[in-house]
Amino acid sequence: MVHLVIDGKGFQAEEGQNVLEVALENGIEIPHLCYHEQLSPYGGCRLCLVEITRGARTFLSTSCTYPCLEGLVVRTDTPDVLRARRLVLELLMPLAPEAPRLQALARQMGVTETRFASDEEVDDCIRCGLCIRACAELVGAEAITFSGRGERRKVEPPFGEEALNCIGCGACVFLCPTGCLHMEDQDGVRTLDKWKRTLSLKACASCGRRYLPFAQIEFARQKGEDPPAEGWFEFCPDCR
Amino acid sequence: MGKQAIERIVEKYGSDHADVLEMLIDIQEKEHYLSRETLQYLSERLAVPLTRLYHMATFYEALSLKRRGRHQIHVCMGTACHVRGAARILEQLERCLSIKSGEVTPDLQFGLATVNCVGTCALGPVVSVDGEYHGHMSASKVERMLKRYSETEANGVAVCQK
Repeated sequence: MVHLVIDGKGFQAEEGQNVLEVALENGIEIPHLCYHEQLSPYGGCRLCLVEITRGARTFLSTSCTYPCLEGLVVRTDTPDVLRARRLVLELLMPLAPEAPRLQALARQMGVTETRFASDEEVDDCIRCGLCIRACAELVGAEAITFSGRGERRKVEPPFGEEALNCIGCGACVFLCPTGCLHMEDQDGVRTLDKWKRTLSLKACASCGRRYLPFAQIEFARQKGEDPPAEGWFEFCPDCR
Repeated sequence: MGKQAIERIVEKYGSDHADVLEMLIDIQEKEHYLSRETLQYLSERLAVPLTRLYHMATFYEALSLKRRGRHQIHVCMGTACHVRGAARILEQLERCLSIKSGEVTPDLQFGLATVNCVGTCALGPVVSVDGEYHGHMSASKVERMLKRYSETEANGVAVCQK
């Protein structure tokens, strides 16, 4: 256990826990888009910047990637922090101008406009990598990845073609903070447009609704560590 | 690249997936690019997800999914080289090789690319070929430099006649 101070209040934390986790657990709100408690922190969106004082040094750092250390003093609301966060948001907004969560954050933080222009083609992706980490760590499918570097960086399946490892679970769609990923079920086929993936769906034995990709069932069987009960996939969640 | 050639490189590093970047660099050096088949084979052989290899191959400047020349020419476009006429040198190279920056000659002998600084500004304008630096370059020295790297006399003549 280590002791640290966040916004003037003392807290205890496990060593190795990150600052953002501890703050959120204790009801201290720090804006964040690319952090998820079940996934490894990445520090991609830069919104969770806080001011950290360690010994004689004070600096800004992303709280999701900063480990709790004995005697750490963290401030989440200094003018410096707020100004830095506003700039970060201004930089993110041109990437996803329509995203509701970004707009809500902008209202909250008093950002009315951005000084930065959008590219001609906007894909609404802020390159936070949440989908990639969910796919690799939570699902274990490893269907998508970052490619390129700098301004050419984007999220895509290998070679920019159909994501052959994608099982159509939709974890990436669910977690995407900007809603730039889409999943659609139509005529027994699930389509994830950005991963160029189409998957055939299995029908529920009771109501006949085609609800689950065969690939996902096969993946669950092969993974094996927590095998589903026999016949579990025969019925959709509504009929189980 | 054949499976055996890849296998030799894999075994050189003890088939350890932690050394996969070294393997990719070795393959790139031999083959001048990383083919899809190579990445797929490595992925299966080392049980490294294809996504991770693709990530590396697109991230590092030293690696390329597109074929590069046997002699890779880098023209420095940094500030110091730029003011000393790097643009003219690049133009001359493009004219001599009949390719644009980022392309490869049809016979795969030369590849042309620009870099933003090679860190030897005092030598500017700088052109590097296969990692060898040619300082104080000028458009008129381009032809001679290319000839030095041409593999056969016939090729050497062919260069710059277009």
